[in-house]
Amino acid sequence: MADVITYREAVTEGLARELRRDPSVVCLGEDIGAAGGVFKTTSGLFAEFGRERVWDTPISEQAILGMAMGAAMTGMRPVAEIMFSDFFACCWDYLANEIPKMRYMTGGQVTVPLVVRTANGGGLGFGAQHSQAVENWTLAIPGLKIAAPSNPADVVGMLAAAIRSDDPVVFFEHKGLFASKGPAAPEGHVVELGRAAVARQGTDVSLVALAATVPMALAAADLLAADGISAEVIDLRCLVPLDMASVLESVGRTSRLVVVEENPLQGGWGGTVVSIVADEGFELLDAPIRRVAAACVPLPFADALEQLVIPTVDAVATAARSLVAY
Amino acid sequence: MTTVDSGAAVVGADELLGLYEQMAVIRRTEQAAHDLFLAGLVKGTTHLAAGHEAVAVGASAALRPDDYVFATYRGHHHAMARGATPAECLAELMSKGTGLCKAKGGSMHLTKASAGMLGCYAIVGAHLPIAAGAAWSARLRGSGQVAVAFFGDGATNIGAFHEALNIAAVWALPVLFVCENNLYMEYTPIGDVTAVENPAADRAPSYGIPAEVIDGNDVVVVKDAVGRAAALARSGGGPTVLEALTYRHFGHSRTDPGAYRPAEEVEQWLRRDPLELARARLRGCGVPAGAVTAADEWAGRVVADAVAEARAAPGPDPGDALTDVWADGGSAWRT
Repeated sequence: MADVITYREAVTEGLARELRRDPSVVCLGEDIGAAGGVFKTTSGLFAEFGRERVWDTPISEQAILGMAMGAAMTGMRPVAEIMFSDFFACCWDYLANEIPKMRYMTGGQVTVPLVVRTANGGGLGFGAQHSQAVENWTLAIPGLKIAAPSNPADVVGMLAAAIRSDDPVVFFEHKGLFASKGPAAPEGHVVELGRAAVARQGTDVSLVALAATVPMALAAADLLAADGISAEVIDLRCLVPLDMASVLESVGRTSRLVVVEENPLQGGWGGTVVSIVADEGFELLDAPIRRVAAACVPLPFADALEQLVIPTVDAVATAARSLVAY
Repeated sequence: MTTVDSGAAVVGADELLGLYEQMAVIRRTEQAAHDLFLAGLVKGTTHLAAGHEAVAVGASAALRPDDYVFATYRGHHHAMARGATPAECLAELMSKGTGLCKAKGGSMHLTKASAGMLGCYAIVGAHLPIAAGAAWSARLRGSGQVAVAFFGDGATNIGAFHEALNIAAVWALPVLFVCENNLYMEYTPIGDVTAVENPAADRAPSYGIPAEVIDGNDVVVVKDAVGRAAALARSGGGPTVLEALTYRHFGHSRTDPGAYRPAEEVEQWLRRDPLELARARLRGCGVPAGAVTAADEWAGRVVADAVAEARAAPGPDPGDALTDVWADGGSAWRT
């Protein structure tokens, strides 16, 4: 395998590794078979594993997640693909009412070990119904684990952890990152869910990011470095389990916090992060907390307009500078 | 109505008496649930299945122990038909720690996974795709199991019903879709809101699925039809839709006296009470009246003991409020 692979290839690689390792892993979704997925993230899997492991479904999001759930309850480890995360709204009953509640409602009798993969986020000009970052939707529901990798190696390692997890995991693949490249994952690579990574060390301000906002925060850190500001970038990797210990440790080092999230400010995951910092880390802070998030409007189509709505490198750098100058 | 009356060829006298006993226990358990609710000992709501007993008991008699059953919020009868005891069901309704789901599910979510009873689902139609998924799993594992989704007539108008039927047909899944058509979608006659006469069976042909309308109050007819459909499914023949005509003796839920139903209609269906039909069949098989009386008395004792046991049981363990979210048994969502 190449030393450097794309995020898109990493999705395929992560799935292939688990399909080879565990015969109970089975994939289902729209166009994921011979077509290789609309984002080509399942390219070659049908050829290697065949139609008994990689199943093309009709455009029936409720059936996709319902079937995955029933299979997960009876001995399989299904990996379901919902083509765009916006379509979670078409099968929300399964994500909100069924999958996350089954174990609890049955007093622990039933286990639902499944993964729901989905292409999330904006930046590609797909308009308001195909560009949303909806990780905050799933964060509103207790009982779902939420993973959102930022680089190819993490895609492979976190996908392995998600598929091996006995809990349901929503796995957000960021559309804007599919073409990005990074070091390939070593054999047997598993990244435990709920462990944030320090993507860049710094001393003046903590930039807490997820998925596509990680490279954004890293780019902002480059700009800030030119100004003599040392920014630390925390890649949360997961929203559940949420690694608040790593966030609080980082704020302890820098005393300033900017949260960078692609979902709307209104109800976004950053609200949960900053409420915990305000509660448990108040004494660590030397400045207010800033959230850089999407504006609270539907996402516009035109690139020039979309850039005014979703977070940008400049917006992150500006927020960080304001805290250092506070 | 297409009915199949295979009679003694399907169920012999001894087995029929056993099925009658099961139905008698369910009937008395539902009555006890009603009485306990009125006594203030059951909270929330209940959707009683008195009148629907033959669907659950007949179907269960035709299934293998390792087959999967999925039911709705009106599902007490299915839990008991698959082996849940009246005591553990009533304890769940009464918020007791000995309940089937440790008092975390309640009346609408009775589940006994160890008996293949994989839950009662309170979102209408949601479990049809889930049952199809269990059938898909059975096919993938080559286990020969079938999955059965029981649902009401009202569920046939929700999207999940149609998504499930289509994919089950396309993938030839070993799943049975059994509609308990009790003529009312909650408070509204199903015919007033449905474009076809038989809400489940008339939709099945558009998905290429065989369908049959059966007498859901005759336990023998139900067992025969489910047995044939299960055999077809196990042989790779794919899904079947069964529409079992039945009638609930209580209202939709605890707060509903069912006053919208014409008295003549109620009277007509009470004459076709599934227990009465089973008694007639038992007489026809030459089972002495004394044996039927003894079965009724036994059922009465079983349920009385269950009520006493559930009443005496401890409440839920407070620690259980924060368990069973994750596979590690806990509920921690952050580090």
